[in-house]
Amino acid sequence: MLDYLVRRVLLLLPVFLAVSVVIFLILHLIPGDPIDNLLKVGSGPEARAKIAAKYGLDQPLPVQYGIWLWGVLQGDLGTSIITRRPVAVMIGQVIGPSLALGGMALAISSLGGIVLGAVAASFRDRWPDQLIMGGVLLGSTLPSFWLGLLLILGFSVELGWFPVSGARGWASLVLPVATIAFGGIALVTRVTRVAMIEAASRDFVLLLHAKGLPPRRIRLAHVLRHALMPVVTILALRIGWVLGGAVTVEYVFARPGLGSLLIKSLSQHDYPVVQACLLMLAIAVMLGTLLGDITQALMDPRVRSALR
Amino acid sequence: MLLSVENLGVKIGAVQPLEGIGFALDRGEILGLVGESGSGKSLTALACMGLLGLIGGQRLGTVAFDGVVQDEAGLARLRGRKIALITQNPMTALDPVQRVGEQIAVVARLHLGTTPAAARARTLDLMTQLRIPEAAAVADSYPHQLSGGMKQRIVIAMALAGEPELIIADEPTTALDVTVQAQIVQILGQLVRQRGLGLVLITHDMGVVAQVCDRVAVLYAGRLAETREVGDLFSAPRHPYSAALIACIPREGMAPGSLTGIPGAVPSVALYPPGCRFHPRCPRADALCATTPPPQGAFACHHPLEVPHG
Repeated sequence: MLDYLVRRVLLLLPVFLAVSVVIFLILHLIPGDPIDNLLKVGSGPEARAKIAAKYGLDQPLPVQYGIWLWGVLQGDLGTSIITRRPVAVMIGQVIGPSLALGGMALAISSLGGIVLGAVAASFRDRWPDQLIMGGVLLGSTLPSFWLGLLLILGFSVELGWFPVSGARGWASLVLPVATIAFGGIALVTRVTRVAMIEAASRDFVLLLHAKGLPPRRIRLAHVLRHALMPVVTILALRIGWVLGGAVTVEYVFARPGLGSLLIKSLSQHDYPVVQACLLMLAIAVMLGTLLGDITQALMDPRVRSALR
Repeated sequence: MLLSVENLGVKIGAVQPLEGIGFALDRGEILGLVGESGSGKSLTALACMGLLGLIGGQRLGTVAFDGVVQDEAGLARLRGRKIALITQNPMTALDPVQRVGEQIAVVARLHLGTTPAAARARTLDLMTQLRIPEAAAVADSYPHQLSGGMKQRIVIAMALAGEPELIIADEPTTALDVTVQAQIVQILGQLVRQRGLGLVLITHDMGVVAQVCDRVAVLYAGRLAETREVGDLFSAPRHPYSAALIACIPREGMAPGSLTGIPGAVPSVALYPPGCRFHPRCPRADALCATTPPPQGAFACHHPLEVPHG
């Protein structure tokens, strides 16, 4: 297992390098030029060349990549072309709120989804199942920005329980987390329910009943345990998504976050910031998959055997 | 009688795939339950275990254990403790993420109330009795690390762990290599003789039946065709279906190409024919067979085969 862990982590290095090349290149292939944003109207080619030299934009691409990567490895993400502040500081300001929002939303969707999915599967085709699956349908179809607005109207404007917007204190987290978790719970519930129904029809479950084990124990200790394997895979894939995919919700609640920063800097052609944001998301996805793979291996001895 | 089943039937929704099954079994006896696939053998096993709920079925008729008629809750209490099941496919019968020793030990802990250490000792003891080499190492393995024959022994050990009095074995050898099949059948036979267990052996292998069973119940399309002592059945089958099954066993000295099957197939539940359900495939069938179900008894046939003289 330890052997596998080391190999799996080492395997991330080439992936990281490949991802960094892609992130670096994509931006330089997009049409448009950040210098345009910095130039005063009517400036001549000398002013342009001066600014290009200042940010290293006059160097050949491989050299620019080398400089950037060397900086990244030392923790220097460069300086924003637009705001002229260190990118690391800008990322540092948004990563906290993003992690809080994404982490809470993921935790709540996992927990809520697994519980609701297990309940739905246990009461398959009876009213609790139908009720939960109705909610799931709602959760997977309601657009999150609209749900966010509804929640603001109800809980902030009418009831005044939570702040309308911002990222100050725990109270401001409640509504955005609820907005994201609603869709997340729907997804996890659906996957858990199907996986449990599938697992319950397996041969060995019949034999567990024949052994005289209490049905509740079979459901929780065996069926749910098997059903969690696909759920873990889905959740691991969502880690990266949850960090960067909350753009609309961040907009609705006027929260700072990685997603918003990415979109904003993208529209301004602020290369260093876009690169850093994408890199953070890529790292989140990679760590998510790593976590998922490790959990799979811990849960399933067949996976562990295949690793040797 | 250890197990006596009367007028047993199974209803699943609107259809009734099984009806009028009756047989009895005493300690130290092996009852063979034979028939082609789809004749209702496995359903009979599930019904006797009180496990029809899992497939959405409903039991009709009575199942009595040790002379006491049991409802579904009663059967649930007996499951794993007094009545154990061995299923068809050892490849899928074990929980793939649990060590096999633990899967055996849990039965002892649950039904005999033993301590974990005692349950472990009992597990290793059972495994050794079932001729599993290096029992301790095997007990700590996961199912995917073991061969089919080994897994089937684990399943048998699991069945024995609660000290049951009755074992229902649903085609315990079908999924195994021929060489391993013989071992498993031998092990089951020994268990019955040594421990005085009752064994319902479900199989479609008439060779196995001839080897180990005391009595045989032949099932066809959800009904009993014939119930006989094993020697009588093989020397003088009365139901044409039993005779046809016996004719399907390859024998020494048979001319190549002379082995015949039974033409046609078992009808599915929705297509059970009226009258005797075997009549469309029966060489002796006439107009009566097509309309009137045969009388129940040792053999359910309007035109049984004659007993050969001498």
